[in-house]
Amino acid sequence: MATRQTQTLARLMMAPSVVLLFIWMIVPLAITLWLSFQQYNPLNPIRDGFVGLANYALFYSNPAFFFAILNTLIIVGAVLLITIVGGILLAILLDQPIFGQGVVRILVISPFFVMPPVAALVWKNMILHPGYGVTADLARFLGLQPVDWFAQYPLFSIIMIVAWQWLPFATLILLTSLQSLDGEQKEAAEMDGAGALARFWYLTLPHMSRAITVVILIQTIFLLAVYAEILVTTNGGPGYASTNLPFLVYQKASLEFKIGQASAGGIIAVILANIVAFFAMRAVGKNLDK
Amino acid sequence: MARKVTTRHKIVATAAAWAVALIIFFPILYTIITSFKSETEAIAGFKLIPSFTTESYREVQGQYNYFKPFMNSVILSVGSTLLALLIAVPAAWAMAFSPTKRTKDVLMWMLSTKMMPAVAVLFPMYIIFRDLGLLDSRIGLTLMLTMINLPIVVWMLYTYFREIPGEILEAARMDGASLWNEIVYVLTPMAVPGIASTMLLNIILAWNEAFWTIRLTTTEAAPLTAFISSFSSPQGLFWAKLSAASTLAIAPILIMGWFSQKQLVRGLTFGAVK
Repeated sequence: MATRQTQTLARLMMAPSVVLLFIWMIVPLAITLWLSFQQYNPLNPIRDGFVGLANYALFYSNPAFFFAILNTLIIVGAVLLITIVGGILLAILLDQPIFGQGVVRILVISPFFVMPPVAALVWKNMILHPGYGVTADLARFLGLQPVDWFAQYPLFSIIMIVAWQWLPFATLILLTSLQSLDGEQKEAAEMDGAGALARFWYLTLPHMSRAITVVILIQTIFLLAVYAEILVTTNGGPGYASTNLPFLVYQKASLEFKIGQASAGGIIAVILANIVAFFAMRAVGKNLDK
Repeated sequence: MARKVTTRHKIVATAAAWAVALIIFFPILYTIITSFKSETEAIAGFKLIPSFTTESYREVQGQYNYFKPFMNSVILSVGSTLLALLIAVPAAWAMAFSPTKRTKDVLMWMLSTKMMPAVAVLFPMYIIFRDLGLLDSRIGLTLMLTMINLPIVVWMLYTYFREIPGEILEAARMDGASLWNEIVYVLTPMAVPGIASTMLLNIILAWNEAFWTIRLTTTEAAPLTAFISSFSSPQGLFWAKLSAASTLAIAPILIMGWFSQKQLVRGLTFGAVK
């Protein structure tokens, strides 16, 4: 029924979104790309100018960049592992008949709504603080030496906080998927004598595979960009122990004013995200055809 | 077909689920508890029953003028959501009701902009904001949050609008309804629930956005994310005050979140899981 008139109208209705998004994306990105080939330091402009690939070469020569990429991948990988495995187990648990299911569900998903700075500061001070945190209280109660988590295990501590924030998301989505599993199928499998483990492996897990894919992809996008959690806890340290790529780019740009290097780091971050995005798009796109 | 459930199974599952839920919820619970302690009490060791003093809440307001960042958060999240809806509703509408061959590509492309890491454009955004005089301004940050969430808003609205059957529109047209009547009496009632859900999720996302809100503000336009981050280098005893500020910062969104679980799943998975 699409006449030419409605087609034109449709284009006009889409135009603001498309045009605004395009400008908003392409202009800053073009500036970053251009800057990534420049030496640009607002504090010391004498040596500013075109430097070719020198900023990118730093990714080979400067250990900070290497650590940043490694830490980025560790954070993404570890948090994914914890939240997917934990999320599947939790989803199965919450899918059981339990008293007060609604309340349990609310308690479990709550961390997802906590803004990152609050989550990080609460963990840093209330839970993990070596003097006044709950873990320190617990350690003293057990007669152990309290652990200074952020000094001794900085990356692990950040992974713990971020996993706490994202476990509810994974659980919620996997639970939603689990609840759409046909009860009769389960029963049929049960009657055929399939044990709980076999039912999980051959029925539940394949059913959840799509939801798992979606969780992995969406979390990866956000996990590649973890920032506030690092800013308010370790500030990237000690040394570069908990610096990821976004945080390094921020440090280079806002603290050291090495805009060229920061821009090269930004472009690398874009490339990393694009690799993920490529797979994400295919998965989400498939759903559109249905 | 309800399955037979033994009482024992239910009791064991209940105990396990509650235990896990309480552990996961504990940091939030303990923050709320600590917010009702005095500062000396807050660091005096593990204690679940506070003295129920509201001293910290008063101090957070008196010492730090808490109301200002709180209002900034409200203005930014609601403002950016309304603005995004204004731009996105026509677009999603057009895509849902007169789709072309390229509609899917446009949607995909919009989604892809969401995947660009914010940090990659930190410096360009900073100088653009500086040159336009938008640094630390509520208008600037509202625009930023609008653009950040626009793809999700378009997507979510699109998945809702797509479920409105086109036949109903045709029937209304056949019955001689004008375009205006069609919009007011037929489409709007069907679109409102989708728009409301989208709004809810988007307010949550905007409220919790913690990169641009921290980097592009200092004092005037700083919302709660930036305000709370300033507690990362504290002076003196601040555990109870931090807890009070945190409790106030997360409470509204926590409650909104509880009511929007379903929409959350749908919105954040772009309709892939319902």
